[in-house]
Amino acid sequence: MTETSFPPKTQIFDAAVIGAGIVGCAIARRLVLDGLRVVVLERAPDILDGASKANSAILHTGFDAPPGSLELDCIRRGHEEYLEIRDRMNLPLDRCGALVLAWDEAQEAKLPELVAQAEENGVTDTRMLSRAELLAAEPGLAPGIRAGFRVPGESLIDPWSAPHAYLLQALENGASLLRGCAVTGGGFDGTAWRLETTRGALRATHVVNAAGLHGDRLDRLLHGESRFEIRPRKGQFVVFDKTAARLARHILLPVPTATTKGIVVCRTIWGNLLVGPTAEEQADRDTAALVPETLEMLVAKGAEILPALAGEEITTVYAGLRPATEEKPYRVETWPGRNAVTAGGIRSTGLSAALGLARHVSGLLAAGGTPLPDPAWPVMPMLAEDGPRDWQCPGNGGILCHCELVTRREVDQALSGPLAARSLAGLKRRTRATMGRCQGFYCSAALAEASAGRLARPMTGPAGIPADGGHDD
Amino acid sequence: MTDLPRHCDVLIVGGGPAGLAAARRLRALGREVHLLEREPETGGIPRHCAHSPYGFREFRRPMLGPAYARALGAAAQQAGARIHVGVTVTRLLPGGTVEVTSPAGPARITARAVILAMGARETARAPRMIGGTKPGGILNTGALQGLVHLQGLRPFRRPVILGTELVAFSALLTCRQAGIRPLAMIEPASRITARQPAGMLPRAMGVPLRLGTALVAIHGSDRVEAVTLSHDGTRSELETDGVILTGGFRPETALIRGSHLRIDPGTRGPEIDQYGRCSDPAYFAAGNLLRGVETAGHCWSEGRAVADAAHRALAGELPEIAETPFAVEGAGLAWHLPQRLAPDAAPPAFRRLSMRAAGPLSGRISAGRASASVSTRPERRISLPLPAPDAVLRIET
Ligand SMILES: Cc1cc2nc3c(=O)[nH]c(=O)nc-3n(C[C@H](O)[C@H](O)[C@H](O)COP(=O)(O)OP(=O)(O)OC[C@H]3O[C@@H](n4cnc5c(N)ncnc54)[C@H](O)[C@@H]3O)c2cc1C
Ligand SMILES: Cc1cc2nc3c(=O)[nH]c(=O)nc-3n(C[C@H](O)[C@H](O)[C@H](O)COP(=O)(O)OP(=O)(O)OC[C@H]3O[C@@H](n4cnc5c(N)ncnc54)[C@H](O)[C@@H]3O)c2cc1C
Repeated sequence: MTETSFPPKTQIFDAAVIGAGIVGCAIARRLVLDGLRVVVLERAPDILDGASKANSAILHTGFDAPPGSLELDCIRRGHEEYLEIRDRMNLPLDRCGALVLAWDEAQEAKLPELVAQAEENGVTDTRMLSRAELLAAEPGLAPGIRAGFRVPGESLIDPWSAPHAYLLQALENGASLLRGCAVTGGGFDGTAWRLETTRGALRATHVVNAAGLHGDRLDRLLHGESRFEIRPRKGQFVVFDKTAARLARHILLPVPTATTKGIVVCRTIWGNLLVGPTAEEQADRDTAALVPETLEMLVAKGAEILPALAGEEITTVYAGLRPATEEKPYRVETWPGRNAVTAGGIRSTGLSAALGLARHVSGLLAAGGTPLPDPAWPVMPMLAEDGPRDWQCPGNGGILCHCELVTRREVDQALSGPLAARSLAGLKRRTRATMGRCQGFYCSAALAEASAGRLARPMTGPAGIPADGGHDD
Repeated sequence: MTDLPRHCDVLIVGGGPAGLAAARRLRALGREVHLLEREPETGGIPRHCAHSPYGFREFRRPMLGPAYARALGAAAQQAGARIHVGVTVTRLLPGGTVEVTSPAGPARITARAVILAMGARETARAPRMIGGTKPGGILNTGALQGLVHLQGLRPFRRPVILGTELVAFSALLTCRQAGIRPLAMIEPASRITARQPAGMLPRAMGVPLRLGTALVAIHGSDRVEAVTLSHDGTRSELETDGVILTGGFRPETALIRGSHLRIDPGTRGPEIDQYGRCSDPAYFAAGNLLRGVETAGHCWSEGRAVADAAHRALAGELPEIAETPFAVEGAGLAWHLPQRLAPDAAPPAFRRLSMRAAGPLSGRISAGRASASVSTRPERRISLPLPAPDAVLRIET
């Protein structure tokens, strides 16, 4: 178990990034590459445990983002940077493209407007498709389809390997990570911040609030006020078996409404098919409860779009919370004279926008620093279904999780290094162990053995009583 | 690792009771046999079922699962079967070629006949559509037994058990061995699924049986903290630290669904004929892979019988496979097995047509000259003598 030990009192970091969700991971990377000494503080035992633990995993183009918005700019730049770095870091990309589908006259009438908006947003390669063209491009679509258009750049990625890669690059180039370390207060003395945490106090000249679902609360702790209020918006999903993936070649999007992008049907990078998310406001910031009736609705909705989905098996269901606020735009706030930036309200496009947003935040922070001339580039394990995967390579130690073909070597690697998994959920995100068809029927025992003594919240709990048994993600 | 062959006579995929029985039988018939098992040991599910009853049919005495598993493995080994553990079959290709992976990396094996015996597993949480959160401490019986018997771990102290198929009572026994005291056994139906006297066990163990009760939601962040139950439309909360999801067996068909072989929507297993042959006659299937759950002894017998058929196939004694499944008229059956019938040229591996009702069923079932009147529930076996290939399976209610 590697974990940065708590820094000595004398040490002053250039920047503290609070929160290791997708956004915090990307910001930490950017600040390190820009030459700063960075510490990342995360209250959960492992990273990506807030909003970032569940999303649709689409790398958006921004075709439907509000024209002229910061969100659009960050998505465009973030998407572009992902394409630049992904080969080097071994991050997957399935450039399957999206189809925006109109099922009735009113929706059809909106298509030209959406295409014009895409043009305005710089997404100039969309193409209107007739009913016949749609059915040729996507033969499984229900016959009621009327019209639509294609957005070739919309892509699928691994929503966890990307942020892991960002933070790992920060760590390999000198950043420190403190997990299980919640910021409980702080003050700025005109030169530097003193941050109180559950693991002690530490100092940094600049502070970035990337606390996602707790962004407003953290601003109140740091600045005594918050300029926005988080209104968590839940999204539930149903994931179908890998055999269903053949039913959708594209990301199938509905015509969006004022409040939501609507329910999407698309593959995952791991070869499943997902239907979701819903958009449900709630007060609770930490629990995204599954509701059977809603899941049934999603199953029915999926089969309305792709009738053949009706016979497919369900592999898993999950739910996530968007850190939405009372307004739609991203809430990136500066605190003049206080060396602080808040990256808040990164609602529903943070996976796509993170790298772009990180550049924006680094600019606002203006903390100086000389860009690293020759940074280290971590190479991530490839988990995408079409590989190449570790089980195809000799010396892998054998298969531990049979459904997802996760090897012992992959599990060992995920449990070591500067970003070693510290929770069972974290181990699953890094390897996919137990996330396949059997959901742990066959491999729970082997996984408990392989991870024994290596997790902060082990499968074998305190006093020799095993804690986490099988499922969760 | 093991020296995998590139070519062989018969290749068996899966080293549970069905696969091991087939291996031993084929050796007795003088065939060269290789068996591939993805776990570090053969034995299949019984490896971690540290309870009786196993082995009546095979060894004429009651045995605990692990001893039974070892005995089956030893018998196959002594008979001269080549057993390769830690080898996972990843793909089935037409004509009897399979792709495998092992710590040594990927390889390909071509056999004149392949017998598939990958078993079945219990239904996971998601298809059950249970609400709430996804904390740790939610397990199937199989995973529970693996933790308890293979790793000596205790995943919870006071769980609830969902379901009352036979396997739920295995879960109870495992709990007893591990010092786990279940709070309740929950069954949505108005009576238990397993045959009596299984129902005596919860009472003997002091575990309340709650019939007509559904598990609506699971709560907790890291660990299970409570569940919501529903009985006659009234909801209640029960504090608990784990959930054991039992039963709802489904064939382990991941490999088959990604292949050219046909799956039967009823059994969810591969479509077979009376010789156990799949839609590609280079492939045979036996054991729980065919239809969810039967006893180990039943699967063992199937393994032997299908081994005989595979032996005959290699000797060129089996007829061509039928192009299509035979006809079924009328509704009410969940499944029937076999689904295809070839001309009757050699002794069949499956001498009877097995069936299960989809719900409570009373009426008449006929196939060819045989017929039977039934009044049955979904979990009970129904069977008729194997009809002629041109027969129609009729259900009249
Ligand atoms: C249903 C759904 C679908 C989505 N689909 C997509 C998609 O397809 N494409 C896309 O681009 N985006 C998508 N998103 C959006 C994306 O997931 C979010 O924008 C992103 O996860 C937000 O990340 P974050 O880092 O801002 O927040 P979080 O992930 O919540 O990270 C904040 C972190 O801060 C920590 N923290 C909080 N308070 C403190 C404290 N006091 N001290 C220390 N640490 C603290 C938390 O533990 C947490 O780890 C989707 C989101 C949802 C919910
Ligand atoms: C909890 C529980 C309790 C039970 N209790 C009893 C009991 O008391 N008495 C009784 O008679 N029966 C009992 N049963 C049922 C009995 O265990 C099964 O009927 C029997 O094990 C089925 O045998 P099988 O060979 O068909 O499959 P399995 O035993 O499931 O064996 C299948 C084997 O195939 C291997 N395999 C699968 N896929 C691959 C692949 N791709 N590559 C390589 N190998 C693969 C698996 O690792 C496994 O070893 C119980 C079952 C369970 C789950």
